[in-house]
Amino acid sequence: MGVFDVVFFALTALTVLSACVVAGSRNIVYSGFALIFTFLGVAGLYVQLAADFLAAMQVLVYVGGITVVILFAVMLTRDIGQAANTNPILNRPASLLAAVGVFMMSLVLILGSDWPLRPEVSHAPMSAELGRALLGKYLLPFEVASLLLLGALIGAVIIARREVKGPEAADAAPAAGKEGGR
Amino acid sequence: MIGLPHFLVVAGLLFAAGVYTVLSRRNAIGILMGVELILNAAGLNFVAFNHYTTTGIQGGLFTVFIIVLAAAEAAVALAIVLAIYQNLRDIDAHRLDSLQR
Repeated sequence: MGVFDVVFFALTALTVLSACVVAGSRNIVYSGFALIFTFLGVAGLYVQLAADFLAAMQVLVYVGGITVVILFAVMLTRDIGQAANTNPILNRPASLLAAVGVFMMSLVLILGSDWPLRPEVSHAPMSAELGRALLGKYLLPFEVASLLLLGALIGAVIIARREVKGPEAADAAPAAGKEGGR
Repeated sequence: MIGLPHFLVVAGLLFAAGVYTVLSRRNAIGILMGVELILNAAGLNFVAFNHYTTTGIQGGLFTVFIIVLAAAEAAVALAIVLAIYQNLRDIDAHRLDSLQR
């Protein structure tokens, strides 16, 4: 058991236990916070796989962005004061059966396959090569991805904003149940 | 000795947790969390195969695009969830069976 193995098992425990909390918690806020630790564990595994840039992306985009947005959405859509039952569960046995079945199938494939492994694994960082590839051979997907992000964010803003009332509706009473502006 | 199968098993566990979350949740945001878990499992698989079986960086590139698309997907999906909540005051996927108010 080298240091690498100990770190691997620690990260695996963190990732898988957090994922189980995400999957099983009755409280959506706990699920959201467990998601943060799951993503941090995956970032650590990326570091172990010599994917330094990806680990940084994972922390910045997932931990710094997606989970924060998810938690914001939780706060905007539920009464956090009564969070205990905000994550009701449906069809628990069937879902568990499906998840275990999927995992068993993948386990059979993983253990039964003869992967074409490299003779020796290099631990050189991949950032420089990734940058050269993204601005060279893969320039078009890179630009398409940036356009897609722009379109997605504009679309998100348009979908999520409050409907603008016309001037004739300005003197009407504020709609019931709309507490506070965003 | 830790090798490729270990990482694939971790990714498989993440994927299974994501599948369970997507199938068992009634809260729409909970379902989105499951989708993010599944995407992470796929990205981990790509990076693991890239590290242990190839000399290039194609797997890493694929994971970059997965992360970008996951960010876009989360933004749009959460915007839709918020719009549904404003119109119907509910995001229980079990009860959202109508496209009208």
